[in-house]
Amino acid sequence: MRQSRVFATLAMAALVSAPAFGQALTGTLKKIHDSGTITIGQRDASIPFSYFGKEGSDQSIGYSVDICMKVVDAIKAAIKVPSLKVQFTTVTSATRIPLIANGTIDLECGSTTNNLDRQKQVAFTNTYFVTANRYVAKKSSNIKTLNDLKGKTVVSTSGTTNIKWLTEENAKQNLGMNIVAAKDHPEAFLMVETGRAVAFFMDDILLAGLVATSKAPGDYEIGSEAYSVEPYGAMMPKDDPAFAKVVDDATANLYKSGEINALYEKWFLKPIPPKGITLNVPMSPQLKKALANPTASGDPAVYK
Amino acid sequence: MNYHWNWGIFFDLSENGRDTWLALLFHGLGWTLLTALCAGIIALVVGSVVGVVRTTPNRWAVRIGNGYVEIFRNIPLLVQLFLWYFVFPEVIPKGMGDAIKAMHPPWASFVPAVIGLGLFTSARVAEQVRAGIQSLPRGQSMAGTALGLTLPQTYRYVLLPMAYRIILPPMTSEVMNLIKNTSVALTIGLIELTAAARSMQEFTFQVFEAFTAATVIYIVVNLVVVTIMRWVERRVSVPGFIGPAVAGGGH
Amino acid sequence: MGAFDFEVIERSLRYLFFDGMAFTLKLTAMAALGGIFFGTLLAMMRLSSHKWLSRPATAYVNLMRSVPLLLVIFWFYFLVPFIGGWITGSGRPIQVGGFASSVITFIMFEAAYYSEIMRAGIQSIPRGQVWAGYALGLDYWQSMGNIVLPQAFRNMLPILLTQTIILFQDTSLVYVLSITDFLGAASKIAQRDGRLVEMYTFAALVYFVVSIALSYCVKRLQRRIAIVR
Repeated sequence: MRQSRVFATLAMAALVSAPAFGQALTGTLKKIHDSGTITIGQRDASIPFSYFGKEGSDQSIGYSVDICMKVVDAIKAAIKVPSLKVQFTTVTSATRIPLIANGTIDLECGSTTNNLDRQKQVAFTNTYFVTANRYVAKKSSNIKTLNDLKGKTVVSTSGTTNIKWLTEENAKQNLGMNIVAAKDHPEAFLMVETGRAVAFFMDDILLAGLVATSKAPGDYEIGSEAYSVEPYGAMMPKDDPAFAKVVDDATANLYKSGEINALYEKWFLKPIPPKGITLNVPMSPQLKKALANPTASGDPAVYK
Repeated sequence: MNYHWNWGIFFDLSENGRDTWLALLFHGLGWTLLTALCAGIIALVVGSVVGVVRTTPNRWAVRIGNGYVEIFRNIPLLVQLFLWYFVFPEVIPKGMGDAIKAMHPPWASFVPAVIGLGLFTSARVAEQVRAGIQSLPRGQSMAGTALGLTLPQTYRYVLLPMAYRIILPPMTSEVMNLIKNTSVALTIGLIELTAAARSMQEFTFQVFEAFTAATVIYIVVNLVVVTIMRWVERRVSVPGFIGPAVAGGGH
Repeated sequence: MGAFDFEVIERSLRYLFFDGMAFTLKLTAMAALGGIFFGTLLAMMRLSSHKWLSRPATAYVNLMRSVPLLLVIFWFYFLVPFIGGWITGSGRPIQVGGFASSVITFIMFEAAYYSEIMRAGIQSIPRGQVWAGYALGLDYWQSMGNIVLPQAFRNMLPILLTQTIILFQDTSLVYVLSITDFLGAASKIAQRDGRLVEMYTFAALVYFVVSIALSYCVKRLQRRIAIVR
């Protein structure tokens, strides 16, 4: 009996508070409000953006996660639900876009490249990192250019822009590389580590993270040539302007206020869990530009 | 629902710039069938030997045969493939291991997949062969002995020709299992049918079109296999004999 | 690779069993219970004299049995949120986590296999018993629930359990969704520490020991049931 009374009170409270909004909530905001829960898509090994800080933890930490938590605060304020529950769901490169598109997750905080192709399926927030597509190889294999990889076995992670680029370039330049698709970044790196593939094509910042946390960081070399510009943004459902406005305003504030610099320093210039290594990647001019004038553009030319 | 159907996607050019997505799916089917065929040959040969050994009078041979079947039946297929793909090249001498790892795809995935699937399936075949032989009346092997046949001769001329016919119906479902099980090889990088559908899904985001196509192809393959096996069964059937009921499910 | 490193296994035992194996066992148990429940319903539908009941059930079972489990896992992972949205009538996909998604997948998939076992079990009970039930004034559900199904379960118990051991092994396939089941946990440590040989060998050993222990129990049970019958 008591439970039902509590429930009735809650229902009443919900009814009373509903008209308090200037306008009725729609789409994702309404769903988050009604369920009292926001579901965030996290990665398990995108160092230092979104990854498991220690084994057994099922909640990721990282630069993207910190940014998203700021966004969650803004959402709480916007829908006036201070006790909003945050639920984390682990996604992979291959599942993240379908899961945003089918509404399983509301916001994806990982290392996802914003491009025009993907904008047909999902929307992106203001860019929070700019990286480039490169390869990592063992120093001993003496790879200097793409031509050195002719006819060799290379690997990339399935569902990424990198493997798409690699596949297209392989056909265009007639390189005859054997391209293997790995399930996730650690598996792809492992292919290089165990000698099954010569090079792993991925965003350079993720490669730096993988090399730094590997068993023998000195054995690897990241290629000097950058093949494409990859702006990262958090993904959210498409065609939901009300939700996008809350998220975009929150990120724009974060970037312009300079608060982002502290977050950047925490994850890219200082020791990070689990092993206390430091990535030591200073902010690039491209990223400085993108943060000074927040943009959610998927056109690589904007970031040059 | 915010899902955009696009059935024309199959005729779009795929990421490699040469083939359509449909062509890539059929390419995947080719690998599925080739893997199943090669693994099937291993399974039939090894499984027959082990199955026969388990019915011989030699108690030690029976124990080893039983142990073989237990090992390959009680470890998940996925783990077995990992053992062949990741572990095996590391535990053999380094030169050989490196040579295996340097094999070009798809062979680097294909060979461990065939070995893994072949031995996994061989344990199931061995179980069928054993059941088939043991379902024969004891009088048959006694008759063989009475005719002065040696033990191998008894198997060759009396027991096995009957046993193989008897186990044909359960073998039909083993063939289907084998074809379906090849999909597990996608975890070690073999681009068979399921992996092809998945890669199409990843690049085009047309999840349901890709999976529907793969599902339809599997159903058609299923029907073809069943039809062929029925035909074989009819060709070789011996009037008055029906197959043994081997307990235990499977996929 | 160096020598076999037992220490890496020891260090991660807690994670392997409390996170990984706990997930695997929970998934196996829930999928087995749900699969047997829906499998029994499917079997009853297939044996029904109403074509509009038996045909869809037959089609469903045949469909599930012709497609690889992996493809079904991928299907449901993307499909379940849509089905959920449709059932709840909310008009938009609902959120389904990795665990819920795998439980639903395995229940739906295994139901097809359990239904084949239950169908054989139900058919093993002489029709006369059902007629006797009807003669006593029982309706369909009463005679099924009180006469046929208890015996069918009893006769089929060893096979149902054998199928459940296979299910236990098959749950390892959720690895493809990057879910931390037992194998997922082992592979995460293997990749992080570069200890593939140790972790995968250990995983194989654990699956082997659990499966063989379970099948030993099934064999004993089979003997006991056989004597009573």
